[in-house]
Amino acid sequence: MSRPVAGQLAAPQRGAELRRLTLGWHHSDRAATLREHADRYGPAPLGRISRHDLLGHVEAAGLTGRGGAGFPTGTKMRTVASKRGPAVVVANGMESEPASEKDQALLARAPHLVLDGIALAAEAVGASEAHLCLARTRDWLIDIVAAAVGERQQAGLDRVPVSVHDLPHHYVSSEETSLVHWLNGGEAKPVTTPPRPFERGVGKRPTLIDNVETLAHVALIARYGARWFSEAGRAGATGTMLTTVTGAVRQPGVYEVEAGATVAGVLSLAGLDAGSEAVLIGGYFGTWHDISAVGGLPLTAAGLKQAGGAPGAGVLFALPPGSCGLAEAARIMRFLASQGAQQCGPCMFGLPAISDDMAQLAAGRPDGDPLGRMQRRFGVISGRGACRHPDGAVRMAASAVRTFAADAHSHARRRPCLASHRGGSRTSILPVPRPWAEQEWR
Amino acid sequence: MTELWYTTRATGVVALVLLTTTVALGVAGTARFSTRQLPGVVRAGLHRNLSLLTVAFVAMHVVSTVLDPYAGIGIISAVVPFSSAYRPLWLSLGTISLDMLAALVVSSVLRSRLPYQAWRGVHWLAYACWPVALWHGLGTGTDSRLPWLLMLDGLCVLVVGAAVLWRLRLAGPGAVRAAGTTVTAVFMLATIAFVAAGPLQSGWARRAGTPASLLHTAARPATSAGRAGDQS
Amino acid sequence: MTSKLRLTIDPISCTGHGLCADLLPELIELDEWGYPIIGDSVPPGLAAHARRAVNACPSLALRLNRAAT
Repeated sequence: MSRPVAGQLAAPQRGAELRRLTLGWHHSDRAATLREHADRYGPAPLGRISRHDLLGHVEAAGLTGRGGAGFPTGTKMRTVASKRGPAVVVANGMESEPASEKDQALLARAPHLVLDGIALAAEAVGASEAHLCLARTRDWLIDIVAAAVGERQQAGLDRVPVSVHDLPHHYVSSEETSLVHWLNGGEAKPVTTPPRPFERGVGKRPTLIDNVETLAHVALIARYGARWFSEAGRAGATGTMLTTVTGAVRQPGVYEVEAGATVAGVLSLAGLDAGSEAVLIGGYFGTWHDISAVGGLPLTAAGLKQAGGAPGAGVLFALPPGSCGLAEAARIMRFLASQGAQQCGPCMFGLPAISDDMAQLAAGRPDGDPLGRMQRRFGVISGRGACRHPDGAVRMAASAVRTFAADAHSHARRRPCLASHRGGSRTSILPVPRPWAEQEWR
Repeated sequence: MTELWYTTRATGVVALVLLTTTVALGVAGTARFSTRQLPGVVRAGLHRNLSLLTVAFVAMHVVSTVLDPYAGIGIISAVVPFSSAYRPLWLSLGTISLDMLAALVVSSVLRSRLPYQAWRGVHWLAYACWPVALWHGLGTGTDSRLPWLLMLDGLCVLVVGAAVLWRLRLAGPGAVRAAGTTVTAVFMLATIAFVAAGPLQSGWARRAGTPASLLHTAARPATSAGRAGDQS
Repeated sequence: MTSKLRLTIDPISCTGHGLCADLLPELIELDEWGYPIIGDSVPPGLAAHARRAVNACPSLALRLNRAAT
């Protein structure tokens, strides 16, 4: 796999304080060494801050999960800490969302931030074991992280050693229960819930699973406090977040923005093409919107809820002006249909069926009434699988049909748009791990 | 007490027919066979009920055998193979088949308390239980030469053989289908060969292990279907 | 606070045999691929049928729980 370029860091709109996680990234391309990391941020208060204080800071800071679910991190940590027996910390660095690059960028440039976060989280919840899960296909990243872990071992920094693991890289492998299942010796596939990982996870112990970006924020909150953290963002959406912006933008890449920044604000940071009208928010599992409708909304769960969307892991893709949104969505759907764990009937059969309907519609060659069929199928697939994979896919497909309704109706009358006829969108300017225009699943 | 001997033979034949039908329905179940006349739940219910009826007839078959003083088969031989003086090999096949049947039924009664994979693993024994029971009947049975019984045995082989082959055809081409088809075909041919070279030949009773004291015995009135086997 | 009987399906164990829908058509219907869609809670009158459906499932995927509402 080729190594992605973690794009430009545009001049932040409020000056230097927005370079928190991304501090120093524009200086160099490679990972910060332990010494550089210490110079940049100061030492982590490992062993010098009590569990009680640490949990208090994280809760007061209002940090929410940066892996897409957005669950309050402090609450999660406190729950695991309250369980009996030694706990386990699992850092999720899988980033299986093809349109997202932020976790890779973070691990590649500031691995010690993440590793600090893991060590601090382990202290906070009373863990005796820590794991960092990465996708097997990214050996370049595994090397960087392993080197950082080595540096810390030599410095005798962490009380709880971090085991770095490489897992099979599938879309569903980065789901929480997939990680736990794999760490327990099984496949990287989601498991039908109870018991939840925070009760009995890895080795039947209470397990804290957090996205690597979330843990990086924990590392900074432990140093500078909750008040500092909330200086960025606004009530309900504090701190900063990493976003990945791709598609019809002049400078695609990873951007650190205030939580609560607007969709249009983030897009303009990356230099949105004037003619682009639609945006996919939240990645392949996200939703399509007219930019005019959502531009002014904050990129938060609460802000986008009214528009029927969610920020996911902060992924934005702007649809190039010459492209057919339906064709793009059909391609994504085909990918998602192939990425299920193949464990549950409604997902195994339903997603490919919807994918076929969408492909027919996009190609302007409807067999019967694909639009009607899809609408019916949307209603019966969500909630009937072991994980949220089919739900996310259905939500994406439904949003495409809604946002590109005019196109859908004209395609259904055998009048495909020019763009789909040509085979789809322009190539992305920056190669995201799975470029949108790539034909690999066609 | 010839009645006991007749009971043993009769219940044995009925048990085989019931087991055959049970297995055929079970095979149909793996293929989710379902029609308006025979919906899935009915097929599944029949499979379960016939299996219990099979157990009942096997129980009667064993009890009458043990009670019958003629061949001196004790209760131990019902569950411990190779512990009888009468046709030890062929009788033991029955014992083994009975042991497997017990495992099948007990595990199924306790199905909701067992892990699903455990139950499933034990249930595969059914594919061994039936052929072993069949060969037990062919080898131990003293009526094996009777035309109507030969035809009945043949019908049982056809029913299970056809069901298994049909089920395998539904599976896509592959190693499993090839292996299963081969094993089934080989078994059916082997059964025919066995019957031709064994029970249908004169002297079978002696070769099968009937104790010498029981060969050519005149202690029981010979009927047309009576100790014909043991007298050959 | 009353407690209601609820049917749940383990989606990983379920392989779409469809016996449950035969035995409890009032609450279970099959989608176009043969997988069950279950209705809300089980009214007391159908409890025995629900139990029968649970026992009939070849994959042991259907479960009946009592949940406080």
